[in-house]
Amino acid sequence: MGWENWIITTFSRSLAYGTPLLLGTLGEIYAERSGVLNLGVEGMMIMGAYSAFTTTYLTKNPWLGMLVAGIIGGIFSLIHAFTSITLKANQIVSGLSLTMLGLGLSGVLGRGWEGKPLASTIPKVTIIPLSHLPLLGPILFQEQNLIVYFTIISVPLLWYILFRTRIGITIRAVGENPATADSMGINVSRVRYICVLLGGILAGISGGYLSVVYRPAWTEGMTAGMGWIVIALTIFAFWNPVNGMLGAFLFAALYHLSFRLQPYISPELLKAMPYAMAIIVLIFVSRGTLQKRIGAPAALSLPYTRGED
Amino acid sequence: MTSSKGLEFKIEERSGVSQGRILCISVLAILFALVIAGLFFQLFGVSALKAYRLIFSGSLGSSFGLAETLRRAIPLLLCGVGLTIAFRALFWNIGAEGQLLIGAVAATGIALFSEIPAPLLLPAMFLGGFIGGALWGLIPAVLKATLGVNEVITTLMMNYMSIYLVEWLIHGPWKGPSARGFAYSETFPPSAWLPTISGTRIHWPTLFLGLILSVLMYILILYTKSGLEIRIMGENPEAARYAGINSLKVTLLVMFISGGLAGLAGVGEIAGIHQRLLGPTHISMGYGYTAVIVAWLARRNPLAVIFTSLFFGLLITGGDVIKVSLGLPSQLINVFNGLILFFLIGSEFFLHYRISLLSRR
Repeated sequence: MGWENWIITTFSRSLAYGTPLLLGTLGEIYAERSGVLNLGVEGMMIMGAYSAFTTTYLTKNPWLGMLVAGIIGGIFSLIHAFTSITLKANQIVSGLSLTMLGLGLSGVLGRGWEGKPLASTIPKVTIIPLSHLPLLGPILFQEQNLIVYFTIISVPLLWYILFRTRIGITIRAVGENPATADSMGINVSRVRYICVLLGGILAGISGGYLSVVYRPAWTEGMTAGMGWIVIALTIFAFWNPVNGMLGAFLFAALYHLSFRLQPYISPELLKAMPYAMAIIVLIFVSRGTLQKRIGAPAALSLPYTRGED
Repeated sequence: MTSSKGLEFKIEERSGVSQGRILCISVLAILFALVIAGLFFQLFGVSALKAYRLIFSGSLGSSFGLAETLRRAIPLLLCGVGLTIAFRALFWNIGAEGQLLIGAVAATGIALFSEIPAPLLLPAMFLGGFIGGALWGLIPAVLKATLGVNEVITTLMMNYMSIYLVEWLIHGPWKGPSARGFAYSETFPPSAWLPTISGTRIHWPTLFLGLILSVLMYILILYTKSGLEIRIMGENPEAARYAGINSLKVTLLVMFISGGLAGLAGVGEIAGIHQRLLGPTHISMGYGYTAVIVAWLARRNPLAVIFTSLFFGLLITGGDVIKVSLGLPSQLINVFNGLILFFLIGSEFFLHYRISLLSRR
């Protein structure tokens, strides 16, 4: 039964690796839907990873670690919210500086934390009757982490809020046509602040998952570009949480399959694969966007000033 | 009109901005960033005043410090000038780091494996480095202009790809025999070494190249038809389309220049300082990313890059000094960079808007 094990490991590992990508993507989808492009995901993630690791190490409480990661990610995102919403600064440059700041700060503060072992982590669960299902059982219900489940459950929830509730209509209105939203009495800045904040919290937790659950350790620069892959996945998902889930797990599966090439390709080139894959994925969807004319929220990355078009 | 706590403010857009105001606000922004960064020194138990004194005396107070400042400024100058051209067209090239590395790879290939005779070898390396960086930069340009693929992501992803390409070369096909612990290529023949000002690491041919190119690019952007097209595309894409400007052509042009100049920086670093291909973080240490701030601080003016690249050369050199003498982590320079960039873009609000306190009615 070699092939069966092979499928189980690949899919099960994809869920574990896709989860932080998905968390970040869900947050970025909300931020971008409200019209704010936040390229600081990498910076928020690494700050989340650092703060979750140190908190968990000191308190031996991984849940507290994740909470702190969310808070730190949120605080970081507010810097971007302030410059890009209140000060109407260029969102690309602002997000980029957030990433630099996060990578720098976590590198400075994290010195001395490398190589320390983490005693406690968030438990893995096996859901007994379901885990006996053929194939699906071992993939979905055996030895998966709780955070994986929380993330997957949040997908339909976030989809529902965005597309079936008043809150969602408000968010999308602000991202598509802020002037109209404003004239309808919606506080454009406040909606954008909240969405950016949500994005920051999720990015922070995503980083926390990396350092506390996925590979319980702290290394400088450990996010290694995952924050940028999140930005690519947000575009791939056409700003829809359900597509975001498909994209994140598909990407994770490809990532794991690429390791099957290990005997044939040198390790350095193998490490370059995810980044090449992100580009290929974007090329793929860009063809779709051009043909179907579905695209980014119309006011994405444009600051809003009352009384201007 | 915004009101808060009974005070009323009026925010108006300014019509024109004077050069003096730009300079004044930029300097203030940097000062604010340095003050905030100073808090981090305090956090590490180091007096901020002492740290800044060390940074400035270490980078400006000795001939060694001055020389190091200048040699750090060279790659920032070349990358930064290139980025001003891309940013003028609103092409967000975040890939100067990768384009620099590919330039270094191309030059290494020519230095180690070509039969080009001595006097022509260095010019061939510069040419090859330019072409290598330019081609690497053209890939995202083509993807953006034809398929609308987001260039921030592609240029960034290609940075990571170039890092692993260099790693692969020095561990695999180009691995030199003299490696002890670290992976290197073989050392270049002496005819592929750039001359330096004696006693320093300033490879002056690259410095001159950077200065000449910053003047040429200033002329290109302000006084030529191509420059006009680039500026129109960046300032008003609608108008550019209306005026019949070929956006594919402009995008390819700016990235050919931007990638090529970053490639030249890569040639300078390996032919002028290391004389062999080595680990990517040793070749560049983030010059391509710092150059984004260098270009932005220069307000996308290629001539002003001469000064902003010197300023960041100073910061990097000063950062090295406090790293060694105070034992502070080297990542501190990224904190500086991030803070300066933040205050810089935040300060632009005060360039374009006027805030005044209204009298109560």
